This record gives sequence, structure tokens and C-alpha cells, in this order.
Amino acid sequence: MKWLARIFNKRSNWSIPYLIFLLIFVVLPLVLIFIYAFQDNSGEFSLVNFRKFFASPEDANTFVYSIGIAIITTLLCLILGYPAAYILSNKKLCRSQVMVLLFILPMWVNILVRTLATVALFDFIRIPLAQGALIFGMVYNFLPFMIYPIYNTMSKMDHSYIEAAQDLGANPVTVFRKVVIPLSMPGVMSGIMMVFMPTISTFAIAELLTMNTIKLFGTTIQENINNGMWNYGAVLSLIMLVFILAMEVFSDKKEDSTSNDGGLI
Amino acid sequence: MSHLKDDFIIEVNHISKNFGSKCVLDDVSISVKRGEFVTILGPSGCGKTTLLRLLAGFGNADEGEIKINGEDITNTPPHKRPVNTVFQRYALFPYLNVYDNIAFGLKLQKIQEDEIDMRVRKALKMVGMIDYEWRDINSLSGGQQQRVAIARAIVNRPQVLLLDEPLAALDLKMRKDMQMELKEMHKTLGITFIYVTHDQEEALTLSDTIVVMSEGTVQQIGTPMDIYNEPKNSFVADFIGESNILNGTMIKDKLVSFLGHEFECVDSGFGENVPVDVVIRPEDVYLLNNTSSGMFTGTVQSCIFKGVHYEIVVLTENGYEILIQDYNAFEVGSEVGLIIKPVDIHVMEKERTCNTFIGKMIDKTHVEILDTSFLCEEMEGIEGGEKVKVEVPFDKIDLMDNEDEGNLLGDVRFILYKGNHYHLTVRTETGENIYVDTHDVWDNRDLVSVRIPHEDLKITLL
Repeated sequence: MKWLARIFNKRSNWSIPYLIFLLIFVVLPLVLIFIYAFQDNSGEFSLVNFRKFFASPEDANTFVYSIGIAIITTLLCLILGYPAAYILSNKKLCRSQVMVLLFILPMWVNILVRTLATVALFDFIRIPLAQGALIFGMVYNFLPFMIYPIYNTMSKMDHSYIEAAQDLGANPVTVFRKVVIPLSMPGVMSGIMMVFMPTISTFAIAELLTMNTIKLFGTTIQENINNGMWNYGAVLSLIMLVFILAMEVFSDKKEDSTSNDGGLI
Repeated sequence: MSHLKDDFIIEVNHISKNFGSKCVLDDVSISVKRGEFVTILGPSGCGKTTLLRLLAGFGNADEGEIKINGEDITNTPPHKRPVNTVFQRYALFPYLNVYDNIAFGLKLQKIQEDEIDMRVRKALKMVGMIDYEWRDINSLSGGQQQRVAIARAIVNRPQVLLLDEPLAALDLKMRKDMQMELKEMHKTLGITFIYVTHDQEEALTLSDTIVVMSEGTVQQIGTPMDIYNEPKNSFVADFIGESNILNGTMIKDKLVSFLGHEFECVDSGFGENVPVDVVIRPEDVYLLNNTSSGMFTGTVQSCIFKGVHYEIVVLTENGYEILIQDYNAFEVGSEVGLIIKPVDIHVMEKERTCNTFIGKMIDKTHVEILDTSFLCEEMEGIEGGEKVKVEVPFDKIDLMDNEDEGNLLGDVRFILYKGNHYHLTVRTETGENIYVDTHDVWDNRDLVSVRIPHEDLKITLL
């Protein structure tokens, strides 16, 4: 039994089960995507599927359109979420935790259930399901992911910065512009990532909310893979992954210059 | 009259402030002369920071008014007040560099770029931080951040600079250096400084005037010399410097008795045979190896080297412990003679000589004081409901650990060693003070059970 004790004594060994899980379900699929993307149907190395993507305007257009929808959704979430987070974190304006809970509560409901409810709602008030419904549904689904990180940063904000600014002659508007906004930037950045990344790859919501009339990039990937076009699907996935990775690196660089106490939790 | 009034830059009149049911400031009045260096001194929780925040405009007073330059600013928001604050934890904006932090206030005033530049550089020079203007705030040490915080405040040329324990986070050496620099800065700038601290040495070093506060009230206002040499009450005497505070009796003018002896002193006007508190500073007691030439004698209990002097505890022949500072060491256990000069004896009026409570009779044998019913000696002709005054001597009250043994609960708020016993202030749950003389050792904030024996209640009808 000594060997067992030795394994458990070393704290880092505890991560072994997780590492195995990570290898099988995260690293291996990524490697497979990478390999599949650089193969043709017969398994030979080739760039034919990349050429196919850049040659087919339909898929490239879907990609650009998806980015556009994601940007609009993120912007709307920011416009709606920032004031909400500000009000929630302000003890004078919002005295009870119940309000905070009401905003966070939708996060606890399954995303598909919420989307189906949105579909039912649009049907009920007889608004045709199209791009408008899509954006509404996405904003509705992802708004809590924007509010929560910003609320978190704001409620942890040291009040003495605000007092210092007031002391130096800043009126309430200036305090908001020159202190609250810069100090809440880490929360805003992480909110943007939390909303932008899932919206760009979403497909189920788009299918349900537009009755399949609007195609997002996620749908394109799913269709290709469902139809057995593994290599082309892998290329599309890889392109999206690289794009998201680039976004992440870009936002990390910006975040470094401010502070690092944002985050969801 | 109006000419005299102009002399004061700040007038605080009868300010009171409550947080919930807790009274933080109770009828505080202070006047500050233009160009003065005023220190608000007191232990933590005495309301000094709250007072400073009211001056800066953070929070509103419940009662009273604050005037700056004769103008009522009680309800003026902070950004419209001619004051700037150096915050305890600096509160420098982490997303701005040193230069932009200092220029923050000037940019808001829409001052021209080249003048901002000139003034920021001048402020940096004043705090000794030239060449640091483009540094990131987080890359600075605590002392450097402190300097930037001061520069950020003085660059706006406020009429009053408020400093909230600005040196509390620095180490001793750095603190001493900064004290000197602050004093120098005060001289150069010529503006009024209001400085909050709990460090009595800092207050004595820096200030023109010290305001000693305790429990939300002003205890004494005076120059450092006044406060040290002529403390108004036992709290001030105990809080400022080391001191021996003893019970005494003023026999007649210029003759006081304490430690079981009669001493000549310089105080007069107290009356004859009046109980008083006597303050003797440790450096004012002279020790002699020769017992016969002393005014009285004692035995050395301990002798500790403190750097400049030795700190010696002597037990006098009458059983009092006295703290003494002397440049010479004395052997523990040796007999010594002691001399106290008349000018070094400071006599203070006693704030009280026994506990006085106002209450009412419940019936012939019960009285209600401190929201508690007490058994008392039977009183004739009582129907209940009469208002009475109840007096209890300090030494008749017992304090106990066991909560059930006493009549009511309280916590120890202030401990004063009187040479051979402790004089405690016990705060009851209803917020009233009970004063107790005891030989037992209690700690500050100890929860105690208070028992008042019924035979010691002296009741008089009002």
C-alpha cells in the first residue's frame, strides 16, 4: 500500500484523472481536427479543403455574417448590460440581493428551453421568425453573461477611487467617465469574450429562431459533418478556432494594461 | 468681531453624526486658523476619520454646520469644496501613470496644457519624485505611492489639505523622514493642514495644534506643549505619552497629597480637601541611591534599557507602583530615594468622584437604574415612580467573568492604572458608563458582569 500513499501524498498527482480526461476529450479531438483539416477524402495530405473554403463564397459569406451577428449581439448586450450591472452594483440604487438574483436567474435555465420559450413568445405575438428574432434570442440568452462579469468588477470596486476623484473636483458624470468606466474595463472585456465566443459558433439557437431560414457558421459546420464531409468540416472548425484564438490573444494584451481582477467568478 | 472671525479658515460647529444607533461624533466644535497644522488625535474608533470625511464632504452631518472661509459648506458636495485629501490607502488611479494621476485635478479644471505640465513637475519636485512621471502606479513602493498621493493633492493648491493617517502604512524610518518632509512642505506651501492620526508622537512632532478625541467627543484642544504638560483629564494624560496618574487630595492651594505624602505644587484654586487626579510624567521623577535625601523611598521592581533611557518601576513604601525614566540604571531590589519637583506635579480636577445614575423607584425596596431593577435598602414613604439620583462609589462595584453572577453586562472600554489599582470604564449594553475601581486585571473589550451590592446604593429623591 506504500506506493498508493506515495501517489496520494503528492498533490500534483491528484490532477491525473483530470489530465487523462483532458487528453481524451479535448486534446485528442483538437489534434484530429488539425489532422483531418490537412487531408483529402482519401487520407492524403492536401490543402484542397482550405482552397474549397476560400473558393466557395457561400461558406465564406456565412462566416462573415456570423461574425456580424456576433458583433451586433455583443454590442447590444454591452449597451443593455452595462447600465444594468451599474445599477445592480450600486448600493444606493439597488438595496436587495433579489434584484441581482433576478438578473442571474436566466443563467440557470437551459439555453434550449429559453430559446424554445422565445420561439413560442414570437409565435404568440405573431412576429415572424427571422433575423430580428435571432438577435433578440441571442441577446436574451447571453445578456447574463455580459452583466455578471461587469457587475462583479463593479461591486468589488474600491470606493476610495471614486472619493478621490470627487475630492479632485470631479462631478458625478466625470466620476463615471473617468473612474467607473476605466475601472470596470476588465469586467467589460471578459463580458465581451463570454458573449462573443459562444454567439459566433452557435447553431441550435439560430435554427430554432429562424426556422432554418438563416444559416450561421455553426450550422454550416454541423451540416458538413452530418453529411460525412469530415475533412471540410474540420477545416471550417479550424478556421473558427483560429479566429477565436486571435480574439483572445488580442483582448488579453489589452487587459494586461488595466488590471486582472475581472472574471466571471 | 468680524475681523477676528476671518482668522479661522475652518469652523466646525456642534457637529453630530450617527451611524445607525451608534453615535460617532457627539457635538464636536473646532476652529482652525489659516495656515495652521492641526492634528486630530485619538484611538481607533474615536470618530477622527469621520470628522475628516465630513470636512472633505463624504457623508453628511446629522446636526451642526461646517464653515470654510466663513461660508457654510455643510451640504456642499466634495467636488465643490476648496479642500483636497490624501487618503490613507492612497487611492491612486491604477490605470493612470504618475503624471496623469497628479494632473487629474488640473485637467478637470480645464487648465492649459503647459501650465499643467509646469505645476505637475513642480509638485513632483516638491515630493522628491522627479523622473518618475511616466512610471506605472503599481510599480511604485508604498512610500513612493504616498508621495504621489501628496503631490496629487497639493498640485491643486487647495486652501486646506486633509491627510487621513497618511503615514500609517510606512515603516518607522520612512515615517520619520516623511514627517519632517510634511512639516517642511507645510511651511513652504503656507496652507492649512488637517492631519488625522492615532500616533501621539507623530501628533506632538508635527502639529501647531492638537485636537484629542475619544468616543466621538473632543477631549482637549491645545498646542503639543499644553496637551503634554497640562492634560485636561486622565484620558488625555494617559493617551499622550507615558504617565503616572494617581488619586490625590488638594489639601489647600499649592499643597497636594498623593502616594501617602504631602507635596508642594504650583497649582491653586481647587479649594480645600478636594479629591483630584495627579499626573507625573516618568521623566519627572528623580531617583537617588541615597534613601535619606529623597522625599520618600521605594524599592526598584524592574529596570529595562530602552535605548536613550532606562525604564524603571519603583514600588513606594506605601504600596504604589511608579513608572520612571532615568539615564542611570538602578539595581532591581535596591532601596532608592525619590524626588518630585513642585513644577512637575500636574493636578487635574476629577471628572467624577463616584458613579451617579438617574433612575426611578419601582417600589419601597427596588430602584430602576441602567434599565435594570436593583434591590435597595427599604425607603419610607415610597409609592413607586419617583425620580431618584443613585450614587455608587467606584470601589464598591464588583466585576465578574460569569455572566449570571451580576446584575447586568458590559464591556471594558478604558483602563487607567492608578499606581495601586485600576480605574475602569465599563460600557453597559444600553450605552451608559459605569466607573469601577478594582485590583483585578481586565483587558480592553473584555465582557464583564457587573454586580452592584444593594447596601452601597445611595439614593436621594430628586
